[in-house]
Amino acid sequence: MNILMILIPVSLCLGGVGLAAFLWSLRHDQYEDLEGDAWRILRDDDDTPRKH
Amino acid sequence: MSDATFCPACIGLPDGQLAKAASNGTAQIILSLPGIHCVACINGVERALRGIEGVANARVNLSMKRVTIGTSTPIAPETLIETLARAGYAAQILDTSLLGGQDDAYGRSLMTRIAVSGFAMMNVMLLSVAVWSGAIGATQNLFHLISASIALPAILYAAQPFFKNAWRALAVRKLNMDVPISLAILLAAGMSLFETLVGGHHAYFDAAISLTFFLLIGRYLDHRSRKAAASAAAQLSALEVPRVMRLQNGARQMVDFTALAVGDLIQVLPGGRIPVDGTVTAGSSQIDRALLTGESRPALAKAGTQVTAGEVNMTGPLTIRAATVGADTTLRKMVTMVDQAEAVRNRYTAIADRAAAIYAPVVHVLALAAFAGWMMGTGDIRLSLNIAVAVLIITCPCALGLAVPAVATTAAGRLFRAGLLVKDGTALERLAEIDTVVFDKTGTLTMPAATRDALNHAAQSIALALTQNTTHPVSQAIAASLHGITPAALTDQQEHAGKGLSATYQGQKVKLGSGAWLGTGQGTYLKIGDSKPQKITLRSDLREGAAALVQNWQSAGLAIHLVSGDDARETAKIARALGITFWQAETRPNDKIAYINALSSAGAKVLMVGDGLNDTGALAAAFASVSPATAADAARAASDIVLLNDSLTPLIALPRVARAARARIKENFAISTLYNIIAVPIALAGLATPLIAAIAMSASSLTVLLNALRLKGKL
Repeated sequence: MNILMILIPVSLCLGGVGLAAFLWSLRHDQYEDLEGDAWRILRDDDDTPRKH
Repeated sequence: MSDATFCPACIGLPDGQLAKAASNGTAQIILSLPGIHCVACINGVERALRGIEGVANARVNLSMKRVTIGTSTPIAPETLIETLARAGYAAQILDTSLLGGQDDAYGRSLMTRIAVSGFAMMNVMLLSVAVWSGAIGATQNLFHLISASIALPAILYAAQPFFKNAWRALAVRKLNMDVPISLAILLAAGMSLFETLVGGHHAYFDAAISLTFFLLIGRYLDHRSRKAAASAAAQLSALEVPRVMRLQNGARQMVDFTALAVGDLIQVLPGGRIPVDGTVTAGSSQIDRALLTGESRPALAKAGTQVTAGEVNMTGPLTIRAATVGADTTLRKMVTMVDQAEAVRNRYTAIADRAAAIYAPVVHVLALAAFAGWMMGTGDIRLSLNIAVAVLIITCPCALGLAVPAVATTAAGRLFRAGLLVKDGTALERLAEIDTVVFDKTGTLTMPAATRDALNHAAQSIALALTQNTTHPVSQAIAASLHGITPAALTDQQEHAGKGLSATYQGQKVKLGSGAWLGTGQGTYLKIGDSKPQKITLRSDLREGAAALVQNWQSAGLAIHLVSGDDARETAKIARALGITFWQAETRPNDKIAYINALSSAGAKVLMVGDGLNDTGALAAAFASVSPATAADAARAASDIVLLNDSLTPLIALPRVARAARARIKENFAISTLYNIIAVPIALAGLATPLIAAIAMSASSLTVLLNALRLKGKL
C-alpha cells in the first residue's frame, strides 16, 4: 500500500495542473467567443500584423 | 497606433498584444449584430468598420452576435450602423448592460470557485470510492484525513457566496435558500472533520464538496441569465431638458428648468426638446410627437398649437408660453407613472423563490426532528448529529438551486439564437402565463414607408435626389422607398424649414413638401416646374411576419388587442388587415396604461408589445413585455424581451418556449421531490451512508440538468 504515498500526491498534482490550466484559460479570455475563434482560424486572408 | 511608436515598452511586445491594447481605443461602442453567422460575416463586418476613420479596432464576437468597436475619435454609433448597413449587415445599438458586461468580475469569480470545487470534488470522490469499497482501519482514517485536507480549504473558498448570502439574510432575521445550503455544507464538513479526528466511519466530505459544486453551477447560470436591470423611468427622465432659453423683456437668457414659472416665454431651437407643456406664441415648425402618439410622422406647429413636454422641435424656432412647469409637465407625470408601474412589476415572485419560502423551514424542521427523535431514542449526541447532517445533505436544494437556472439558461439560449434577447430572469415564467396580447401599431406592427407606384420614373428620380441627403423622417421614408433608382442631377438644393425642399432640375424649379406650401390639399406633394403637384402617398408597411404572428397567436388562444396613438382610420385599417377585433385609436400614454390595467384587473395576464416612448408606461405596467431593438431606450428598458431582428417571426415561438420552460421547471421540482420522498425516510431511519447521500445528490442534480437540456430539442 506504500505506493499510495506516491500515487495520491501524483494524482493531486495532475489535477492541480488541470485546475491551473483552466484558470489560466479563464483569465485569458479563452471562452469569450467559442464559435467565432473556431471560424477565424480557418480564414485565409489573415490581417497583416500592424506596423509599429 | 501612432502612440505605440513612441512607447519604448511596446517595442518588445508581439503584434497581437499591441492590437489588443489598441482595440480599447479611447472609447468603446458595442453593437448587436443579429444576422451574423459565419466567417465571411466576421471578415465583412470587421473590414467595413476598420475602414472608417477613427475606428481603432473592431472585433466580432460570433457567439454573442455582437461587435466591440474601439474608437480613437468620437464617432456616432449611427455612423457605424449605417456603414454596416451598406455592407449588408443589420446592426443595432443596445445598452451594454443588455449585452452582458465586458468585465464581469462576479461571474469570473464564480467560475473560479466552480473550478476549484470541481477539482476538489473529483479528488475527494476518488478517495471516497476506496472507502466505500471497503477500506477500513488505518487506510480509512488516512483517506478521511486526506479528503479533509483537500475538501475543507476548497469549501471555505468556494462556498463563500452561499455563506455571505445566508449571513446577509440572517442579519435581517430572514430565511433564504442559502441558509439551509450553508447549514448543510458547514454541518457536514464540521461533523465529518470531527469523525475523522476521532477515527469514525462516516465522513461526508464528498457530499459537502459536490453539493457546493452543483449549487455553484446553478448560481453561475442564474448570474448569467440576470442582466443588469435598467430603469425605464430613469431613461425617461433623461429626456428632460435641464437648461432652458427663457425670453424676458425681449432678452434671451439660459435658466435652469426648475427656475421656470407658469406663463414664462421659452424659446426652443430646431433639434431641441420642448421642456414644458404650453402654447406656441410665435414661429412655425414641424414637431415630432412620438413621445405622446408614437407616430414618427411630424406634426405642424404654429402660433396657437398646444405642445407637450418631451416633444422634439424639428425645423424652425418656436416660442412657447409655459402652461405647466416642474413636476406637473406631461413628461414628469409619465416618469412618475412608469416608476409606479415598475415597482408593481418587481413584486412578482419567481417560482423558485415561492418554492424556497416553503422549502427552507421544512428542511430545518425535518433535520431538527431527526436530531431530537434520535436523541430521545438513543441519547447519543454523535449519532443524532450524524443523522441530522445526513437529512440536511439528502434534502439539498439542488433542484431549486440548479433546476430553474438551467431551464432559464437553456430557454434563453434557444430564444437568443432565434433573435430574442431575454433580459429578465423571471420573464419566461411570466410569459408562460399570458393570455392576452396588446400590440402598439406604429413601429411595432408597422414601419413607415412611402409608395413609389404613384410617380413616373422621372418624378421618382427627382424625388430621390431631393430627399436622399436630408434627415427629415418623411424624406427618409421617401428615399428608402425609392431605393435602386438613379437620382436625377439637381442644382441649387434648398431646405425650407417646415415647408419642404426645393432645387433646380434642367432649368425647372422642383419642389417637394407639404400640400399647404405647394397650394394643394393635405399630405406630401412633388411639384415639377408649373405642372400640377403629384401626391406622394405615405403608408404604413406591416412589419415582416406581423400577419403570421397575429394569426399564430390567435390560433394559440391568445386574445389580441391593438392600441395605437394614431387616428382611428389608420388603426382600423391595420386591425382589419391583421384580423384583430379589439382595437383602440388615439390612445395617449396614460390611457394605454389604463387599458392594460383594465385588462389586468379583469383577470387577464397581459403581454405588451410596443416600441415608442409613449408605450413605456404600458410596457412597464403589463405582466410581461416585448420591444423591438429599434425601440426607444426607455421602452427597451421597460421590456422583458428585446426582439433583435426586424422581422416579427421569431416571436411566434415565444409563448410555446415559455410554456415548455415552465413545464420543465415544474417537472424538475417533481423529480427532486420524488428523490426526497425516497431518500428522506432512509436518512431519518439512520440508514443513509455517505455513499447513499452522494448517489442521491449527484443523481438528482444530473437528472434536473438533463431534463433542462431537453428544451434545446423539439418542443
